Amino acid sequence: MVVFEKPKALTDAPLHYCPGCTHGIIHRLVAEAIDELGIQGRTIGVASVGCSVFTYNYFNCDMVQAAHGRAPAVATGVKRSDKNNIVFTYQGDGDLAAIGTAETVHSAARGENITVIFVNNAIYGMTGGQMAPTTLPGQVTQTSPYGRDTEAVGFPVKVCEMLSKVDGATYLERVAVNNVANVKKAKKAIKKAFQNQIEGKGFSLVEVLSTCPTNWGMAPDKSLKWLEENMIPYYPLGVYKDKYAKEEE
Amino acid sequence: MSEKVLMKGNEALAEAAIMAGCHHYFGYPITPQTEVAAYMAKRMPKIDGGVFLQAESEIAAINMVIGVASTGKRVMTSSSSPGISLKSEGLSYLAGCDLPALVVNVQRGGPGLGGIQPSQSDYFQATRGAGHGDFHTLVLAPNSVQEMVDMVFKGFDLAEKYRIPAMILSDGTMGQMMEPVSLDMGEIKEYDKSWALTGTKGERKPNIVNSLFLEASELEKFNFERFERYKQIEENEAMYEEYRMEDAEICVVAFGVASRVSHNAIDEARKQGIKVGMIRPITLWPFPKKVLNAAADKVKAFISVELSMGQMIEDIELAIRCKKPVELCNRVGGMIPSTAEVLEKIKEVNGGVK
Repeated sequence: MVVFEKPKALTDAPLHYCPGCTHGIIHRLVAEAIDELGIQGRTIGVASVGCSVFTYNYFNCDMVQAAHGRAPAVATGVKRSDKNNIVFTYQGDGDLAAIGTAETVHSAARGENITVIFVNNAIYGMTGGQMAPTTLPGQVTQTSPYGRDTEAVGFPVKVCEMLSKVDGATYLERVAVNNVANVKKAKKAIKKAFQNQIEGKGFSLVEVLSTCPTNWGMAPDKSLKWLEENMIPYYPLGVYKDKYAKEEE
Repeated sequence: MSEKVLMKGNEALAEAAIMAGCHHYFGYPITPQTEVAAYMAKRMPKIDGGVFLQAESEIAAINMVIGVASTGKRVMTSSSSPGISLKSEGLSYLAGCDLPALVVNVQRGGPGLGGIQPSQSDYFQATRGAGHGDFHTLVLAPNSVQEMVDMVFKGFDLAEKYRIPAMILSDGTMGQMMEPVSLDMGEIKEYDKSWALTGTKGERKPNIVNSLFLEASELEKFNFERFERYKQIEENEAMYEEYRMEDAEICVVAFGVASRVSHNAIDEARKQGIKVGMIRPITLWPFPKKVLNAAADKVKAFISVELSMGQMIEDIELAIRCKKPVELCNRVGGMIPSTAEVLEKIKEVNGGVK
């Protein structure tokens, strides 16, 4: 009896992520959801710019690599080309909440029937640890070496809270992958975000609080603890919007 | 449909795109391309599977185009000069991903916000590959409403044949004027689309549409391969029209609306005994270098008539290897040279030609 195997929706390519980075967990959760829903053959993924730029090598389905911030617009085109396509984007915080803010808000406002996986690790990982739109107040990064000064550069963007005010959005949930219980909840949310699309329910976004041990300058175990003690209080977990919650009950 | 109908340039272009099988249009409001989007908004919902979407920005619109193009379907966007600047990032990605698509630029004066009157001052931007990196966009320059239609068919066909983005470089005059047109396009050719993202359906390996190659030798290889295709395009696809060139001593070079004005000026000059003709580039990239270079061995001088500060003139000089003088006759900012002004330039050059 097989008790554990690699999801079919992941290729055999070794992941390039740093040790302790939680991208690998999130990739697996997305792939498991695709497997369990039986949609691999009609799924088209949109890779973004950031650490997840190479996701086209990892997800075992048709993939297109988008320009920085433009993944939801590219996904809109792919979905509108054939509504039977199951289309997801996989984006980081710089991509989704800074350079791609307009694409994020307007794809939600249009109620685009797509699934957005938003990985929030509060930093630009790929370029070496610069301040992100989600960097916490006081957090030290390469471009906020004295800590994020909210008087000078303002406050982090809370994506789920912001989008919860957008009528077109269907489902918004913030999860974390810092412990087993939360990973299970993350899996459930990601699967639901795909299920919603299959049922034609519209725009679903799952924000996944994630770690960046390399650029946070912490060991992986300390990173998980830092996420729990600093990120979760600022970015509370939970469902921010679920348009169809009542009818499901 | 072989009978002719009276149509406005921008609307004829839009209808031609639909007839060419383009059922996805993404745009953002800007003058003077307005009628293209308005026409698409009216027509697309009436077509089975037709999509008209007004995007939140020019940038989003071109990326939606990339999305549809990556699935192998015909798709277009239209804009005017400042909007094309915003789309240039997307043009670079289309080229880098080897995706076919049609982009229409109904040019207006610049730089900056400029004006909304006709212009040809995006010539450099269009012909040098708008956006970063080594690439070209196929550039078609219609000079009549009929050619607006023909160039749409041609643009889609060549874009798919060579897997490159194509651009129609039009202007406010072409877009606004009404002429009788035939929308008879002939047969739509089918090209290999095995690269398209259609879902693996469990039957093949995943397709990847991508322009990222961190391995330098790999990126070089793809650039070399792409430029081999560009070489074929330059060899086979340059289009032009010659007018009264048989015995010409002066060669006017003009495209789009400038060529219509020049046409009249040439007729007038001929009446006055001046041996002048015209070579009208229909494709601006590939530029019709060969015919110009051959003409340089016969004529004494060239005149570049442009609605810019002199952009195409550089391509003429390169094409003819500077064998003969090239004079500039131009108006800018939305002004169009009059027949009298072009005639005056022809006479001036004729006087100087010994």
